[in-house]
Amino acid sequence: MSEDKNTREPMFSAKIVKILTRPFNLENPITVQVLGICSALAVTVQMKPAIVMALSVTVVTAFSNLIISTLRNTIPSRIRIIVQLVVVAALVIIVDQVLKAYVYDVSKKLSVFVGLIITNCILMGRLEAFAMAQKPWPSFVDGIGNGIGYGLILITVGFFRELLGSGKIFGIDVVPQFLYDAGYVSNGLMILPPMALITIGVIIWLQRSKNRELIDKS
Amino acid sequence: MENLFNLFVRSIFIDNMIFAYFLGMCSYLAVSKTVKTSVGLGIAVTFVLLITAPVNWLVDTYLLKPGAMTWIDPSFADVDLSYLSFLIFIAVIAAIVQLVEMVVEKFSPTLYSALGIFLPLIAVNCAILGVALFVQEREYESISEVVVYAGGSGLGWFLAIAALAAIREKTRYSHIPAPLRGLGIAFIVTGLMAIAFMGFMGIKI
Repeated sequence: MSEDKNTREPMFSAKIVKILTRPFNLENPITVQVLGICSALAVTVQMKPAIVMALSVTVVTAFSNLIISTLRNTIPSRIRIIVQLVVVAALVIIVDQVLKAYVYDVSKKLSVFVGLIITNCILMGRLEAFAMAQKPWPSFVDGIGNGIGYGLILITVGFFRELLGSGKIFGIDVVPQFLYDAGYVSNGLMILPPMALITIGVIIWLQRSKNRELIDKS
Repeated sequence: MENLFNLFVRSIFIDNMIFAYFLGMCSYLAVSKTVKTSVGLGIAVTFVLLITAPVNWLVDTYLLKPGAMTWIDPSFADVDLSYLSFLIFIAVIAAIVQLVEMVVEKFSPTLYSALGIFLPLIAVNCAILGVALFVQEREYESISEVVVYAGGSGLGWFLAIAALAAIREKTRYSHIPAPLRGLGIAFIVTGLMAIAFMGFMGIKI
């Protein structure tokens, strides 16, 4: 028994921690790998839907990575895309039903974007690049890491758009009344779709000036 | 007729898949480096949308909606399969993309060589599934509305990716701050284009 324990990797070895934390910054799914922008930006007008979306994506990525990685040796490579899509679609249906049951108002706000998690490129990207070649536990951690990295960007964008666009955080007014009296006006443009793109552009700019190795060579 | 034309114009300019809903952004950013490839992808997306959206609408109307299966037998009136719609839609899309690829390869090798590499990418393009889900959510009533909406959305996507590719070809020669080069500037350019497209808002024909 004791020998068996020695040969097994500990649950939280340095490697696993690295897999978990790398997607937060240097391999961030949105700003570096350019995955999963599709269904992300439209839900960042306010913080609450952004957080719900980030949680849903994390759950789906983690479990689809786990399932596909467990099945990786039995899936014929010719039909792997459709197998992956079916696994992901089944998980998304579960998430959608849970959201409808417990947070109906947020689920209405997210509208079709919950369904679009299926075609979120983070999922397919991580499944193809990581889960098809790795053991279940690292894949699960990789899924959680990428979900959190995605969530970080979503929440940052949501924070600035809600703060500057409507002067609120989580629907609570934070801009004091005397500023409005002095002539401060919330920037209505922040609520509109284009500003989500520009906010992400600025985040990429800041991140790359901190981490010079991420700069495009061409 | 007027209604259809209005829907067509709306779906190209106002409800543009990229500028208003950010759908299909992954391939939009990845493939927009040269005009030639982005035009190929734009045509492929429009083509696939025109086939998948009506098929998904038919599946939804005659199989999945609450009470949709009464045409088989009146006793199916309370059957509601709409919770399966994600799974069915994506399966239909993946199957059709595969089928289109095979048919195009068989009958038009020139078209195949133009679209070939893009077709598999399209199965996981959010714009395709997005249109199917929007059609379901907005409850379009006739197949002609669905076809017009799908065609308009496809053309809108085509327009957006071709325009971005043209701009990116020019920005290669501009002096952009190093950290902003590539991805960063693509985002900001898209944002500015989206602001420009907002000028179409409120147009009614």
